Amino acid sequence: MKRVRVLTFFLCLIPFLVLVFKVIQSDLGPDPAKELALLTGEWAINFLLLALAMTPLRQLSGRIEFAQRRRMVGLFALFYASAHFMVWVVFLLGLRWGAILEEVVERPYITVGFSSFLILVALGVTSPRAMVRKLGKNWRRLHRLVYAAGVLAVVHLVWIVRTDLSQAFIYGALLVVLLGWRVLFARHRVRGAV
Amino acid sequence: MLIKKSSDIASSEITPQSIYKQRREFMKGAGLLVGGSLLSGVATAQSGDALKARAPAGLKTSPAAPWLQNKFTSISPAPDTAPFYTDEALTPYDDVTRYNNFYEFGMDKSDPSSNSGEFKADPWSVEIAGEVGKPGVYTLEDILKPHDLEERIYRLRCVEAWSMVIPWIGFPLADLIKRFEPTSKAKFVEFETIVDDETMPGIRSRFAIVRWPYREGLRMDEAMNPLTLMAVGLYGEPLPAQNGAPMRLVVPWKYGFKSIKSIVKINFRETMPNTTWVDLQAREYGFYANVNPAVHHPRWRQDMERRLPQTLFDRKVIPTQPFNGYGEQVASLYKGMDLSRYY
Repeated sequence: MKRVRVLTFFLCLIPFLVLVFKVIQSDLGPDPAKELALLTGEWAINFLLLALAMTPLRQLSGRIEFAQRRRMVGLFALFYASAHFMVWVVFLLGLRWGAILEEVVERPYITVGFSSFLILVALGVTSPRAMVRKLGKNWRRLHRLVYAAGVLAVVHLVWIVRTDLSQAFIYGALLVVLLGWRVLFARHRVRGAV
Repeated sequence: MLIKKSSDIASSEITPQSIYKQRREFMKGAGLLVGGSLLSGVATAQSGDALKARAPAGLKTSPAAPWLQNKFTSISPAPDTAPFYTDEALTPYDDVTRYNNFYEFGMDKSDPSSNSGEFKADPWSVEIAGEVGKPGVYTLEDILKPHDLEERIYRLRCVEAWSMVIPWIGFPLADLIKRFEPTSKAKFVEFETIVDDETMPGIRSRFAIVRWPYREGLRMDEAMNPLTLMAVGLYGEPLPAQNGAPMRLVVPWKYGFKSIKSIVKINFRETMPNTTWVDLQAREYGFYANVNPAVHHPRWRQDMERRLPQTLFDRKVIPTQPFNGYGEQVASLYKGMDLSRYY
């Protein structure tokens, strides 16, 4: 049990270690800030979609382990999103804190990306068991926002694509499948209960 | 409008005197070395300490015609004064030639250098057309024959908020234009890039949304400005394919996409030409496209830039200057124009 948890943790950490290695090796090309922003952002979305896939995977496989790992995967989405945010602030905005607000207000793709990040922060802060107990019913309601975070993150990505639409298409399709599954499953369950 | 003097550049952005002197000395000597060998580019790139660290390994340049390589044996070095020269640190050869936007070869920054191996810059001809006394199709040799090559070190500011400092080799576009005797109706100059789907894989891509050929244009007075350069080389070498071989435009006070590459047609016209990026997204890209920190691109800010190569420990996020620091030379061209409208 504990072994599975430790294994998941290190698997989720691999992309980060690869990034650190690339930074140390100066293997990010002449515009490393932009490259790093792209990579951390991609991994944030990958983990967010993976977190959204945990429940369907449990339902399909019947294995409870998927549900048990959901929180950790979700927290890794927050981890990579924070890295993405920090890269943006430190390397792309050159630590000009005043510029953050301006960007968030003026650029719609940043507004949606930042909203997604804020949701993940809220979910991360309320993820410990103590918070779950404290919030009771409201915890479930709050954590439904993860769907909004997923949609906003994908919109953020699609919006910055300049000419190549292939990546936007793949992420969009994945999101539709993951959200569609829930709609179908809920309907199925309602019908089953009647 | 507040225009910074070139003397306002922070001293931290300036190459130490010793290194740049060494580099200047080297450039003077480099002329002897060129003689059509690949080595000169490598050697030049190694002349400064900062450049040494990134010496290109097996660099690949498209072989230029022997007559063109010959022309490179006598290059007048850049004058030691602005605006044709800057002593900011040069962007290493390796980065200048491996980090490119040239969608005809693919959309990633590394695509142009990796996908341009088949490209042929020789033989080459250029069509001169429109409101001009001597229209016709000319060989590149005829186009270049009367012009002496000179070196110019310019800042290049990309609309994507990164910038480089590049030692170009070329000659003033004005000198070329005068030879073909434009008529009084010639108010604009339009340029076109070659379209060769056999050697340019980006053109075959299904995801590309550009209507080829790539087109750019200048107002006549912009084209005649002494800063506007017709470039045939960089770092003392003929241009590699990914940088626009064999001949490209360099307009240092405008965003990089105006500096059209691999030119096959120059058309003089009375009306403003339709250019590729305006065609794609008129709200984001204008015909003038002057570097302007006061007018933000809808998707990113333009008041600062990442000077490449950036490293994460030496971030080099620097303020962008109006007209990319060439305001003293060109601001007067736009007197009375609302530059937030004509962006």
